[in-house]
Amino acid sequence: MAQTAQTLTKDTVRRAGDRSTTDSALAPAAAPYAARIEHVSKSFAGPAGAQPVLDDISLDVAPGEFVTLLGASGCGKSTLLNLVAGLDRPSAGSITTDGRPALMFQEHALFPWLTAGKNVELALKLRGVPKRDRRGEAERLLELVRLGGAYGKRVHELSGGMRQRVAMARALAQDSRLLLMDEPFAALDAITRDVLHDELTRIWRETDLSVLFVTHNVREAVRLAQRVVLLSSRPGRIAREWTVDIDQPRRIEDAAVAELSVEITEELRGEIRRHGRH
Amino acid sequence: MAGTDTGTTGTRADAAAPAAAKGDDLAGLEAGLDALESVQTRRTPVREVLLKKVLPPLTAVALVLVVWQLLVWVKVTEEYKLPAPSAVWDSLSEMWLQGTLHEVVWTSVSRGLLGFLLALAIGTPLGLLVARVAFVRAAIRPILSGLQSLPSVAWVPPAVIWLGLNDTMMFAVILLGAVPSIANGLVSGVDQVPPLYLRAGRTLGATGLRGTLHIVMPAALPGYLAGLKQGWAFSWRSLMAAEIIASSPELGLGLGQLLENGRNNFDMPGVFLAILLILIVGIAIDLLIFSPLERWVLRSRGLLARS
Repeated sequence: MAQTAQTLTKDTVRRAGDRSTTDSALAPAAAPYAARIEHVSKSFAGPAGAQPVLDDISLDVAPGEFVTLLGASGCGKSTLLNLVAGLDRPSAGSITTDGRPALMFQEHALFPWLTAGKNVELALKLRGVPKRDRRGEAERLLELVRLGGAYGKRVHELSGGMRQRVAMARALAQDSRLLLMDEPFAALDAITRDVLHDELTRIWRETDLSVLFVTHNVREAVRLAQRVVLLSSRPGRIAREWTVDIDQPRRIEDAAVAELSVEITEELRGEIRRHGRH
Repeated sequence: MAGTDTGTTGTRADAAAPAAAKGDDLAGLEAGLDALESVQTRRTPVREVLLKKVLPPLTAVALVLVVWQLLVWVKVTEEYKLPAPSAVWDSLSEMWLQGTLHEVVWTSVSRGLLGFLLALAIGTPLGLLVARVAFVRAAIRPILSGLQSLPSVAWVPPAVIWLGLNDTMMFAVILLGAVPSIANGLVSGVDQVPPLYLRAGRTLGATGLRGTLHIVMPAALPGYLAGLKQGWAFSWRSLMAAEIIASSPELGLGLGQLLENGRNNFDMPGVFLAILLILIVGIAIDLLIFSPLERWVLRSRGLLARS
């Protein structure tokens, strides 16, 4: 695979070309990171001048690593994800990713005018996969999220969990090395969310994907990640980081998961309390 | 199985074997969830369609005919003002037997459809330009909206003076009536595209022209179709206005002229017949072309309450 890098800075966008399918036959060159966030700050114009949302964030996601960004409302975690996705520019600092990242939203964001299969195929088409290969590849990806029979289904015919799995297949169709997930399971019921946690863990382990996963759910963060990064709010700064040394596959009700969750929740509550003091 | 191995950090390789067994569990669980949560769609049986969709409008039409006939029987007004349904039927069958009926209808319908297609060809790029280019939008959006409220009959006198009494003048009037509707429909369709689709499209790499083609246009289709429907209604109304006002032997006999001739000859059944034909053609084109198209688009997106 061609070594590619996409750097977003305050005033330049450097993109060393996207990975193309012809390159992927070659041996993958190990990039030192899937995403490198260096001293990134972001402010938005507010009624009282520039409002800082993110302040001096530095974070590396290693190839194949699963990192969750955890924080209360207003910590700018979605903003950070948008910056990494290239949907917005940082006010200061730089972000470099290994190719164009894929992004999954809280809403499935599938296109209702296409079937499940065609949604996946559109991503393949935009990536430059030749027409004759698209159908088979889309079916393979749907199979991977265990929706082999859903190719011809319309989006509205699928349940919430199935939609998010199709969205996952579509994100995987981008063949990115980094998957960004913006609270993708927040709108699902608890049973479905639990199943999708298992599913995401399985897919992450079967592929060489790096994941940067944003959530406000502590248990979810611990259940999924190798590393949990806690952001403080207004402006968002990295408050603390935990390495999660619990074997996968984990369950959300595991004692070890609960134990670490309690510790992180205490820290998170401390961060939130600071805002009530002035 | 080494499912309870501890001590190592959770890397990917060390749990491949238990994952396979767990995988089957998960697949079964997921299949169950999917089955429980999927929506069952069913086709409406023909009998139900007839009963719920066809019967009510037929009843309404029958009721209007009955009231009409009653008014004639009680002689609510002179017969030359209100002809009996049978008299209108007689002039219809007379035209049918003379072979002029389909000629008159076709003259107007072919003009209307051709004019509509021209309006489509102009209104679509215009709408896209207004929707996507801020300067163009600021410049002509208010004018486009304003033009929609201008009765297209107002365009007939200047069109006759500029272009003369011919088909070109008819098409000009149709265009001025229908282009704003089609362009406006597309603009509001584009405006209503959820920003989430645009963001999703951008992360997939659909930017610029590819974004317009793959995301914006299909997402705006329902609004666009509503604009087309209205554009057809405006085309047909504009054409009838033009045909009623401008008559000349070169123009041939259309439905508008049929109506105007009926007035000149004091032939009230002829006038009624012309009005009914204009109405029927307008409804028929909508029912045959636009409604099925609109229903198909909305249904395929799950936007119809009953499918």
